[in-house]
Amino acid sequence: MSRIQRAFQNHKAFIAFLTCGDPDLEATAKIVREMAASGADLIELGIPFSDPVAEGAVIQSANARALAGGITTDQIFDMVRSLREDISIPLVFMTYANIVFSYGTERFLENAAEAGIEGLILPDVPFEEKADFAPACRAHGIDFISLIAPTSADRIAMIAREAEGFLYCVSSMGVTGVRGQIKTNIEDMVRQVRSANPDIPCAVGFGISTPEQAREMAQYADGVIVGSAIVRLVEQHKKDAAAAVGGYVKAMKEAIS
Amino acid sequence: MEQKSGRFGAYGGQYIPETLMNAVIELDRAYQFYKNDPAFQSELKELLNDYAGRPSRLYFAQKMTRDLGGAKIYLKREDLNHTGAHKINNVLGQALLAKKMGKTRLIAETGAGQHGVATATAAALMDLECVVYMGKEDTIRQALNVYRMRLLGAEVIPVTSGTATLKDAVSEAMREWTSRIDDTHYCLGSVMGPHPFPTIVRDFQAVISREMRAQMLEREGRLPDAVLACVGGGSNAIGAFYHFIDDASVRLIGCEAAGRGIDTPETAATLSVGRTGIFHGMKSVFCQDEFGQIAPVYSISAGLDYPGVGPEHAYLHDMGRAEYVAITDEEAVEAFEYLSRTEGIIPAIESAHAVAYAMRLAPTMPKDAILAVCLSGRGDKDCAAIARYRGEDLHE
Repeated sequence: MSRIQRAFQNHKAFIAFLTCGDPDLEATAKIVREMAASGADLIELGIPFSDPVAEGAVIQSANARALAGGITTDQIFDMVRSLREDISIPLVFMTYANIVFSYGTERFLENAAEAGIEGLILPDVPFEEKADFAPACRAHGIDFISLIAPTSADRIAMIAREAEGFLYCVSSMGVTGVRGQIKTNIEDMVRQVRSANPDIPCAVGFGISTPEQAREMAQYADGVIVGSAIVRLVEQHKKDAAAAVGGYVKAMKEAIS
Repeated sequence: MEQKSGRFGAYGGQYIPETLMNAVIELDRAYQFYKNDPAFQSELKELLNDYAGRPSRLYFAQKMTRDLGGAKIYLKREDLNHTGAHKINNVLGQALLAKKMGKTRLIAETGAGQHGVATATAAALMDLECVVYMGKEDTIRQALNVYRMRLLGAEVIPVTSGTATLKDAVSEAMREWTSRIDDTHYCLGSVMGPHPFPTIVRDFQAVISREMRAQMLEREGRLPDAVLACVGGGSNAIGAFYHFIDDASVRLIGCEAAGRGIDTPETAATLSVGRTGIFHGMKSVFCQDEFGQIAPVYSISAGLDYPGVGPEHAYLHDMGRAEYVAITDEEAVEAFEYLSRTEGIIPAIESAHAVAYAMRLAPTMPKDAILAVCLSGRGDKDCAAIARYRGEDLHE
C-alpha cells in the first residue's frame, strides 16, 4: 500500500488543490503549510500550463497569473524540496501531459520523486494513453492517479482495476469549478469501482465547495477534493491567503469527519 | 498512413479528459460503419456535388506560368466551393455523420471564420443547432464572418482566454464538449485533435487529391512533379497530398506561416521551430517553450495562426515524404496581390502562402515540369486586413 493510499485509512480524506505560483511561490509554500496544519490529508500541487483544457475560469486565471509571474517547473521542484523538510502528508502534482512530456518524462519523474512528490494526476491522459507515463511513474515510486467521469460507464471497471494511489472520481460533466448542485449518482459510481477493485480509495472532485456538499460526498466516497473554492480564496486574498485558506480547510475537514 | 489505434508513427493518439473518451469511441465506431456504407457515401456525394459545387476545377494558370517562366502551374480551385473554401468538404461529411448518430447540435472552433461559416451553413441545411467558438481577436479581424455565421443561424461565442485566437477557440470548444456530449457533435475543422478526428477530416478532404489526380491525368497524361498547399492544422494540405503519397515522383510541399520570420517569436511555422509535444488531444509537433508552455504564435493569416500541426503531417515530415517550408507575411501578401493581378483570382491569405512558394519554385524548374497548387479558399474575407497591412485605412 502506497503512502497515498494510507492517507485514506481510518478516516475520510480531505484533498486540497492549489495552483503553484499564484500569486508567487512564497505564498504557495505558506498556504501549503497552513493547509497541512489545518487538517488536509493530501495536497495536489498544480503546475501551471498555458492552455489547461480541463479547467474552468477560476483555475484558468490562476494558471495565467502564475505564468505571468514567470514561474517554471524547476522552481516548483525547489519549493517542494523545501516543503518536504517539515511537511509529511502526501503531495501530488496535478498538471497537463505536455508539462511532463516536454520536460522529458523520465527526468521530470526523477526530479519529482527526489523532491518528495508521491503521485501524478494528468487530466488529459486517459487510460488508453497512460503507457506514456505510468510505467515511468512506477519506476520512481510515484502513483499514477487515474480519473473516472460521469460518462465512463463501462470503462469504470477497466480503469479501477489498474488504479494506483486513489481513483479521482469526477463528479460532474464539464470543467473544474464551483457548482451549486452535483447531479451525478456518486454512490453508484463508487459501487462500481469497489466491485472492480475493493482496495482503491475513491475521492470525489469537480464542483465541491461547501461543507454540506463535502459531507454528502463523503457519505459515499473515501475522500473529497476541493480546488476552485481554494483558488478563489487565493485570488481574493493574494499573498495573505494562508489564514483564510487554513480556516476553510479546517471547516471542510470537520464537515467530513 | 494511419496505423493502429489512431497513430501516425509516434504521433496522434487520444490525449483528452476521461469525460470525452466514450464520445470519441462512439464517433470512431459510427465513422467506421458509415465510411463503408454506400447509402451514406452516396448521400455525401450528392451534397458535395449539388450543394457544394464539386468537383472543383483544376485550372491551368497560363499567365502566371508564362510570367514566371518555368514549370506549368495548375490551381486546384477549392475557392470556388460553396462558402468559399475547402472547409465545406469536411463539414458536410461530419454534419451528415452527426445527423446519423442522432446528434442535434454542432459546436465548432474557427480561426479566420471559414470553418465556422461552413459549419453554420451545414447546420442550417441539416436543421442542426450550431455554436461557434472564435477567439475575441479573430472576431475583430474577421468581423464579416461573424455576421455571416449569425446570419446563418449560428451562435458565435467570442473566446477571451489565453491569446484569444484559434488555439483558445479549440480549447474552449473542447471544454464545452465535456459539459454537453449527449446531443452535441464537436465538428473539428482540421486534421488535428484526438483520434478519430485526424483520420475523419483527412478522409473527407481527400476528395481534393482524388479529383486532382484524375484531372491531371486527363489534362497532362501524367502526375504533377509537386503538389503545394498551405498548412495551419493542415486539412487542405493532407487532402491535396493524400492520393499522391504512394507516388514517390510527386513532391509534396506544405507551406507554413512564418509570420514575421522563423527567427522571430512572431511565427506560426510549427515544423520549422516546434518540437514534439502533447496538446489538444494529440501527440504532434508544437511551438512551445523549454518548459512545455504552448507559445503564443503569430501570422497575418488567422487560419494559419495555430501553434501545432496535424499528427499525419508530423509523420510525413519525419519520414521525409513531405517537405515543409515557411512563408513570411510579406511573401504571402505579395502572392495575394500577384495572383489577383495576374490571373484575376483573389486567393485567401492562407492559400497565398502556397502561391508564394510556387512563385519561388516554378522559375527553378524546367518548362515541362508541373506544379499543382491547392487554392484552398477565396480572399474576399482578407481584403480589408491586407489593405491595412499595406497602410490603407480600410475597415469593413
